[in-house]
Amino acid sequence: MTQTTSPPSVAFDAEGFQAFLSNRQEPDWLSDLRRQAWDHFEAMQWPERRHEEWIRSDLRLFQLKKHQLSLAASDDTEVREQLTGGVDLGGQVTSVDNHIHTDTLAEDLAAKGVVFGSLDRLVNEHSDLIRKHLFSAFDPDYDRFAALHAAFFAGGQVLYVPKGVVIDRPLHIDSMLSNGGSDTGHTLIVLEEGAEATVLHESHSPTSDAGGLHVGALEIIQAPNSHLRFVDLQEWGHKCNHFAHQKARVGADASLQWTIAAMGAGFAKVNQTVELVGEGASSQVNGVLSTEGRQHIAYHTLQHHIAPNCQSDFLYKSAQQDHSRTVWRGMIKVDKAAQKTNGYQRNDNLVLSNTSRADSIPGLEIEADDVRCTHGSTTSKVDAEQIFYALCRGFTRNEAVRMIVIGFFQQIFDRITIESVREALGRSIAQQVRDYE
Amino acid sequence: MSDAPKHQLKIENLHVSVGDKPILRGVNLTMGHGQTHALMGPNGSGKSTLGLAIMGHPGYEVTDGSILLDGEDVLEMEPNERARAGLFMAFQRPVAIPGVKMADFLRHATTNVRRPDRKEGEDLIPMREFRKELKDKMQHLRMDVEFARRYVNDGFSGGEMKRAEILQLAMLQPKFAILDETDSGLDADAVRLASESIADIGGREKMGLLIITHHDKLLEHNPPEFTHVMLGGRIVETGGKELAEELHRSGYDRIRTAYPEAEARNQEMLNEETAV
Repeated sequence: MTQTTSPPSVAFDAEGFQAFLSNRQEPDWLSDLRRQAWDHFEAMQWPERRHEEWIRSDLRLFQLKKHQLSLAASDDTEVREQLTGGVDLGGQVTSVDNHIHTDTLAEDLAAKGVVFGSLDRLVNEHSDLIRKHLFSAFDPDYDRFAALHAAFFAGGQVLYVPKGVVIDRPLHIDSMLSNGGSDTGHTLIVLEEGAEATVLHESHSPTSDAGGLHVGALEIIQAPNSHLRFVDLQEWGHKCNHFAHQKARVGADASLQWTIAAMGAGFAKVNQTVELVGEGASSQVNGVLSTEGRQHIAYHTLQHHIAPNCQSDFLYKSAQQDHSRTVWRGMIKVDKAAQKTNGYQRNDNLVLSNTSRADSIPGLEIEADDVRCTHGSTTSKVDAEQIFYALCRGFTRNEAVRMIVIGFFQQIFDRITIESVREALGRSIAQQVRDYE
Repeated sequence: MSDAPKHQLKIENLHVSVGDKPILRGVNLTMGHGQTHALMGPNGSGKSTLGLAIMGHPGYEVTDGSILLDGEDVLEMEPNERARAGLFMAFQRPVAIPGVKMADFLRHATTNVRRPDRKEGEDLIPMREFRKELKDKMQHLRMDVEFARRYVNDGFSGGEMKRAEILQLAMLQPKFAILDETDSGLDADAVRLASESIADIGGREKMGLLIITHHDKLLEHNPPEFTHVMLGGRIVETGGKELAEELHRSGYDRIRTAYPEAEARNQEMLNEETAV
C-alpha cells in the first residue's frame, strides 16, 4: 500500500476509485473484489427508464458526479439513539460518512465468540470469516448501484454470532450522513446455528433538509434454527439520494423479524429480498413508509421461497403527504420445490393530500402447485366522518388527523415485539404528520 | 355548589340545507338546565339533521336562524369548540377509528373537553388518574374493562357502539347531550341497561338531554319534561310526557293529518332520500 497523502474526498470516478483504494488498509482479496466491481461498474449502464424497477422512479435528476466520498474522518458527530431508549445494549457502532466513531462490544459477548463492530477493522482481524460470507447475500452485478457499492463500500458493520449463542441485549448501529456527504456502508450479519440476536439500526442526517448520497447494502445470513430481529429506521435528510440492496437468507427452522421504517431521503430506491432457503424457515417483515414534501420512496420487495414449508409475511403501510410519492412493488416468488409455502403480502396506503401518490403493485410468481399465497393492497384517504367524529369529541383537526394516521400504522406497531422500537416509530411518525387543513 | 350556573341551549328559526336541499325549515327549541326533551317524528323528518347541525357537521349548512349556548353563538364555533363548550352528540352510527384504542381516544377527548383552553401538545390528564376514573365509570356502566383496549368502534356490535357512546357521555359530562337513537338496534335488556345508565348519568351530572327515539323504554327511565314532534323539517307540536306516550301508543297518523303541509314536505324529503 502506498503511503501518499490522500485527498480529503474523492469523486466516484476512475481516479477517485484509485485514490480510495490506495487509502484502504485491507486484505488483497477484498481489494481484488473492489477492482472487479469497479470494472463491472464501468462496463454497465445506468438503468433504463423503462426497466420495471425504474419506470416509476425517474433517475434522470440523479447525478453521481455531484457526490463525493470523504476519506478523512469528520469531527461532526451526533449519535442518535431513538431506537434504544431505556435499553441496555450489547454493543454499539456509530459512524459519520463511513468513518467509525464508536465501536464497542460487551466483554461477556466477546468472550462467547461474538464478533461485532466496524467492518473496516474486522475485515483485517477476521479476514477468513468475513471472506466466507461477504457477498453471499448480495449480488454486486445486480445493477450499476450494486457495482458502485461493491467498489466503494467502506465503514460498515459486521455481526457474527457463533453456534448456539443467544445475545440477550440489542446491538445498536447508527449511521450518520453529514450534509452533502456520502455513506457506502455495508452491513453483514451472520447467525450460526441456534444463535439469536437483535440489531437496531438507524440512519440520519444532521437536519431533515440535508442532502447526500447513500449507496448501501445489507446482508443477513441465518443458519438453521437461528432467530434474528432486525430493525431499520431510515431518516436521511430529505435531499439525500438513497439506494440500497438488502437481502436475508433464512435457513431451516430459522426466523427473521425485519422491521423497516423509511421516513427520510428525497429519492429512495430499495430492493429488499428475503430468501427462504431451508425447510421451515419463517420471516415477518413490517414496513412503514411515511413521506412528505417532494419525497419519493420506492420499495421493491421479494419473498423468495426456495425451500418447502416456509412462511413469509410482509405487511407494508404507507402514508403520503404533500407532493410525495411512494412506490411499493411486492413479489412472492415460489420455486417448484417450495411446496407447502405460506406466503402473505399486503400494502395499505393512506393518501393525505390530493397531490401525493401511492403506487402499489403486488405480484405472485408461483411454480409449485401446493401453496397458499395471498396478497392485497388498499389505498384510502382520511375519512371526513372520522375527523368530524373526533372534532365532536373535542379534538382539533390536527390532533384528529394525527391520531387517525397513527391508528392506521397501529397494526404494524402491534406486530413489533420491541417496546423501544414501537415507541420510536410512533414518535417519528407523529413528528412527520404535520398541521393539516 | 348550589349557585352553579344554569345552562341554556336556545335554537331559533333554524334553517339547514344539505347541498341545496332544505331539510330544516325554522326549528325553535329551547332547553333549560338539566331538562330532558324528547324529539320524535317519523323517518326523514329532520331529527338527526338537527343533531348534526347543532354539532356543526360540515355537510349541513345553516342558512338561517341561530343556536345559542348560554348566550354564546354556537354557529361561530368549530365542532371541537362546541364540544369544549359543553355540547355532545351520541351518534346513531358512530364511525370506527381503527388502530386507536378507546382509552387513548377518551383520555385525549376528556382532557380537551375539561380544559377547553388546552393547546395542542400540552399534557393530557395523568394516565393513572384517568385510568382510575375510566375504570370506575365502566364498572358503573357494567362494561368489561377490556373494552377500553379495543379500537374505537372497530368491529363493535350495534349494542357495543351504543354503550361506547354512553361511556363517552359519562366521561365528557356535557351541558347538553343529543342522543340520536341511542336505544335502537339493542335487545330489550340492553335498552333497559342503556336507559338506566343515561338516567343515572344525566341525573347525577344535571345534563340537558335531547333524546331522539322511537322507543318508550328510554323515555320511561328518562321522563321528558317536553316532547317535540318533528315533521317535514319543523317542530309541529310540543307537549309534555303524555305526548310521547300518545305517539308510542297510536303512532303519527293524527300528526300527519293535522299538519298536511308538513306531511307533504316530509314525503317529498323521503322521496328525495330514496332517489339519492
